[in-house]
Amino acid sequence: MGILEVKNVNKRFGGLQALGDVNLSVAENTCHAIIGPNGAGKSTLLNCLIGKLIPDTGSVMFDGQSVLGRKPHEINQMGISRVFQTPEIFGDLTVFENVMIPCFAKRDGAFRMHAIESVAAETDIVDQAESMLAEVNMLEKRDIVASSLSRGDKRRLEMAMCLSQTPKLLLLDEPTAGMARADTNNTIELLKQIKARRDITMCIIEHDMHVVFSLADRITVLAQGTPLVEDTPDKIKGHPKVREAYLGEAEV
Amino acid sequence: MTDQTQHTAAGPATTRARRKSQGVLGLRGRDITLMGIVLFLTLAAPFILNPFPATSGMAQFNAGYPDLMQRFVIFGIFAIGFNILFGLTGYLSFGHAAFLGVGSYSAVWMFKLLGYNIVPGLVLSVIVAGLFSLVIGYISLRRSGIYFSILTLAFAQMSFALAYSVLTPITNGETGLQVYTSDPQYLQSADAPSIPHLFGLEMRATETLRLGGWSFDLNFGYYVCAVVMVLAFYLAIRIFRSPFGMMLRAVKSNQQRMNYTGLNSRPYTLAAFVISGMYAGLAGGLMASMDPLAGAERMQWTASGEVVLMTILGGAGTLIGPVLGAGLIKYFENIFSKINDGVLHQWFAFMPDGIEDLLVGIVHPFVGKGWHLTLGLLFMLVVIFLPGGLVEGGQRIASVFRRDRKAGGAEARAAAKRNVE
Ligand SMILES: Nc1ncnc2c1ncn2[C@@H]1O[C@H](COP(=O)(O)OP(=O)(O)OP(=O)(O)O)[C@@H](O)[C@H]1O
Ligand SMILES: [Mg+2]
Repeated sequence: MGILEVKNVNKRFGGLQALGDVNLSVAENTCHAIIGPNGAGKSTLLNCLIGKLIPDTGSVMFDGQSVLGRKPHEINQMGISRVFQTPEIFGDLTVFENVMIPCFAKRDGAFRMHAIESVAAETDIVDQAESMLAEVNMLEKRDIVASSLSRGDKRRLEMAMCLSQTPKLLLLDEPTAGMARADTNNTIELLKQIKARRDITMCIIEHDMHVVFSLADRITVLAQGTPLVEDTPDKIKGHPKVREAYLGEAEV
Repeated sequence: MTDQTQHTAAGPATTRARRKSQGVLGLRGRDITLMGIVLFLTLAAPFILNPFPATSGMAQFNAGYPDLMQRFVIFGIFAIGFNILFGLTGYLSFGHAAFLGVGSYSAVWMFKLLGYNIVPGLVLSVIVAGLFSLVIGYISLRRSGIYFSILTLAFAQMSFALAYSVLTPITNGETGLQVYTSDPQYLQSADAPSIPHLFGLEMRATETLRLGGWSFDLNFGYYVCAVVMVLAFYLAIRIFRSPFGMMLRAVKSNQQRMNYTGLNSRPYTLAAFVISGMYAGLAGGLMASMDPLAGAERMQWTASGEVVLMTILGGAGTLIGPVLGAGLIKYFENIFSKINDGVLHQWFAFMPDGIEDLLVGIVHPFVGKGWHLTLGLLFMLVVIFLPGGLVEGGQRIASVFRRDRKAGGAEARAAAKRNVE
């Protein structure tokens, strides 16, 4: 049994079958990549995992519990954090505040009324957020308003926000899209370190095959809402069906 | 800004020591200054607002009379509370006057039942407004954006209708709720004043200070309201700087991200709604304490709209903005509405007759009964050119001066942006 078990998930948008009988099992403390052409349903699948969408049929089990029917914040509190395809950050807040918020969510749960003591007095949260920012090399940007960051920095910030929650399952939707080569390599290094150091399971969607083959333990190829094959990176590289459906268009 | 740079350079151990050492009453840096400004302005208001000698022609612009000053601070409290909801979370309520009205009714009922000491009245007005806003907030916050605004508006209009007619036994309908000699007033002792008082000190007690041509009214009721507003402002600063305040700003910034970060935004917004409702109730209770009377019109939508204008005009989401906005609007309401054609002819009397009449004709629609027109124009100008309200205006002026002193790089601008509060 994997930490994440997706069984027979279907999702329709009007006449479009975005997900058709998706089965996916992600083993604990591995990195599972989901690849596939644009519109294959990769993001839709993640949406079904975090409560953004509810599948028409099927089940999603995380850590032995069903995810379906729970609110997004409850699912996050179970230990699932997600980096979105287009960065979702608190644009009006500073970089530092952006990282403190998930730290609070981790420590205090979905709601806590601490309305009198100042934020700065929460030394454990401040230290935690500081070291997280140091980890992603953004400490010198701590007081910048997040909306004014570059696109690559926004992604790094969002990743820092998710990592600061020390999630059991980290979902990454194209984490390096729009990043310069150097930043992409930094991100790969960061994710490798995180993976080595912590008990964390990752599920990554990526078009950049360099990233996929650097990180993934297993790969699922999704096409038109249905998994084509699931195997180790080496096998996937040579798989004829995959080459035909997807890899043919990308550099390997 | 320099403080921040040192902060990271010095490392966690030293910063922790620094963090403990600084601060007055839990406030730090700019907040202490801000608190000092508000404290000074409210305490010195009777003097500051009466800059012109009582006998001079400019005396009509004086605003230092008790009745008006009381309104400045009472509406200041109303706006400070409203800003905690609207300024931080972005949820625009069009029904907060309902809580103001409920507060007034509660206070008057306390006068009727217990006696004229204002303390029980104020306590009850805050509690009842809190409960009332809990119910209305719970329902209205199921929607956001325009639908939330409409729901709050609908509830407030329902409350108005109820107060005006259906609940006449409680609200005394059209006449308004007031204290009659036949009321029980169980705790009213024989020697206590038979007007609102604080442990025997009458609200209307006024000491008039004459210095040369100037005259200053030091009114006890005003100072009671002023102290309450200073405390309300202090509490607002603490809320703004707290983790709770940060969460409210997160609601405004990206509610989706908040939910996917494991935070339930609903109780946060509801708490903000109830807090702002309690502020409104307190303001309503103080209004009744200055003049023991409560009418349904206090709940009407125009009153709800007024607090929205105050907050935006001053600067939504800033600490001091709502106080400034409340003062400005109440000043306009009282001073501009008093200027009639007679006064205008006096002003322009030095001009040749034809031009005098022309000028009076031009200015006429904007003063007296037309002061709303001036207010509307002012509001439009502010929203278009200073979306951050008066506070942004002040900051722009200040930054012009600051640029002279040191080259303002990107860092200074980032700091200015961060310090918007
Ligand atoms: N909320 C929605 N409503 C209607 N259709 C949707 C919705 N979300 C996704 N779709 C459609 O479902 C299909 C799958 O979309 P999805 O975003 O999952 O693709 P993807 O694999 O993530 O693609 P990409 O690589 O471009 O991100 C697309 O055709 C898309 O237009
Ligand atoms: Mg996608």
